[in-house]
Amino acid sequence: MKKLINDPANVISDALLGFAAAHPEVRVDHENRIVVRGDAPVQGKVGLVSGGGSGHEPLHAGFVGPGMLDAACAGEIFTSPVPDQMVAATQAVDGGAGVLHIVKNYTGDIMNFELAAEMVEADSGTQVVSVVVDDDVAVQDSLYTAGRRGVGATVLVEKIAGAAAAEGRSLSEVADVARKVNAYARSMGLALTSCTVPAAGKPTFDLPEGEMEVGIGIHGEPGRRRVPVAPANEIADMLVSPILGDLDFTGGDGVIAFVNGMGGTPLIELYVMFNEVTQILAKAGIPVARSLVGPYITSLDMAGCSVTLLKADDELLRLWDAPVNTPALRRGV
Amino acid sequence: MGAEAVDAWIREFARLIAANKDELTALDSAIGDGDHGTNMDRGLTAVVSMLDAEPQATPSALFKKVGMTLISKVGGASGPLYGTAFLRMAAAAGDEVDLAKVLRAALDGVIARGKAEPGDKTMVDALAPAVDALEAGAGLAAAAEAAAKGRDATIPLVARKGRASYLGERSAGHADPGATSVTLLLTAAATTLGDQN
Repeated sequence: MKKLINDPANVISDALLGFAAAHPEVRVDHENRIVVRGDAPVQGKVGLVSGGGSGHEPLHAGFVGPGMLDAACAGEIFTSPVPDQMVAATQAVDGGAGVLHIVKNYTGDIMNFELAAEMVEADSGTQVVSVVVDDDVAVQDSLYTAGRRGVGATVLVEKIAGAAAAEGRSLSEVADVARKVNAYARSMGLALTSCTVPAAGKPTFDLPEGEMEVGIGIHGEPGRRRVPVAPANEIADMLVSPILGDLDFTGGDGVIAFVNGMGGTPLIELYVMFNEVTQILAKAGIPVARSLVGPYITSLDMAGCSVTLLKADDELLRLWDAPVNTPALRRGV
Repeated sequence: MGAEAVDAWIREFARLIAANKDELTALDSAIGDGDHGTNMDRGLTAVVSMLDAEPQATPSALFKKVGMTLISKVGGASGPLYGTAFLRMAAAAGDEVDLAKVLRAALDGVIARGKAEPGDKTMVDALAPAVDALEAGAGLAAAAEAAAKGRDATIPLVARKGRASYLGERSAGHADPGATSVTLLLTAAATTLGDQN
């Protein structure tokens, strides 16, 4: 393992120190491992709190700021944060209009956020509503699984719900917007290599040189199948076809198309992929209304990418275009 | 059974978790995300520090502190599940700890929090048979053996809960890490509490 770290045990605290130094506009509570918008709580605005295991940077802390999240909780690598962190974050951003928890659909995240919401409501009476993101079509959603994983759509939910909250909408309205994004978004990912968790020191799974894993999760969970490495146009088809097969993307105002890097893939390859994705969409008669290309929800040093499509309408496009000012996503300001 | 006995039980559980940390992590790497040993060891290490710093007067208070510490320190799915189990044990422990009663409460708590059923390849598969054995009048050694049998019975199962469920059929062939750590909890009880029950 070759990594730019001091001690595997201190990766998260060291990174948070660097994050605080680089972004003085946000507050970092090092003891609780939470990142809070500098001017929080914003009176009268719904507070948005998310969080999850570390290793997906810039998600979630990179999206804290005006127009997006009010606070993010950092867990251990690939491990849900604990309720104490979520309670502290919720209290820090409660501006009197309630707090929305944005939770990726993983067993640990669900249970810890559930406990946190119970603790907050018992303690302070602050109203908390949770929205679960589960957009990964690689997983069969059935009684026999933990359900679909929350992946790329999380970034879109945080941006769009953040814009809705900035407009001064109520907690239930912001939650409805977040649920709408989740309902209209689908994702599928692919790994060319495994990631290496610093504390483990070796790759999470073996993936031979000539093979790739289609349907990978963002923690190195296995996907649908292993296939020989293929050209980008074929890979794009392997990712986009199951998405289009799962939801009818025609007939709206086009899609917000998001090609995400898993952490170990250069941007130039993501643009090669984006070109292939747009060609498939053009053939399917689906216009690309907006785009996002880059590593926004990563899996440490994994090479690979994911594709997320969000079926757009006027409201979602307007909220997507609204100003945002965070360390990892900034425009219109 | 008083707070001292419960204290000894929890310390032995912490020792077994530390001694089996690598095995738990290896099991979790096979079908989960490879952190069960590390996370449980971090939580139980914090529990032992808490017990050293703030000895508790009653079993109920002790179970509660253990539960709160695990919720605060473990994270993942194990934190809320073990934390809820110990909080329920605190609520069920009266002046005299009836192990069958408190472990039944723990099992109910785990099921309520995790929504797992027997056969889903989870903690429940080791805890439920141990509770059944205790309720049938068996001693702790027999209950620990029932937990171990339940753990071994998870090997051929296909996981239906948690991260392992993403593997589908590929989750068969490995013991469930949660059922394995629950077996350590029962083994620790058998070692430290003997036939007190």
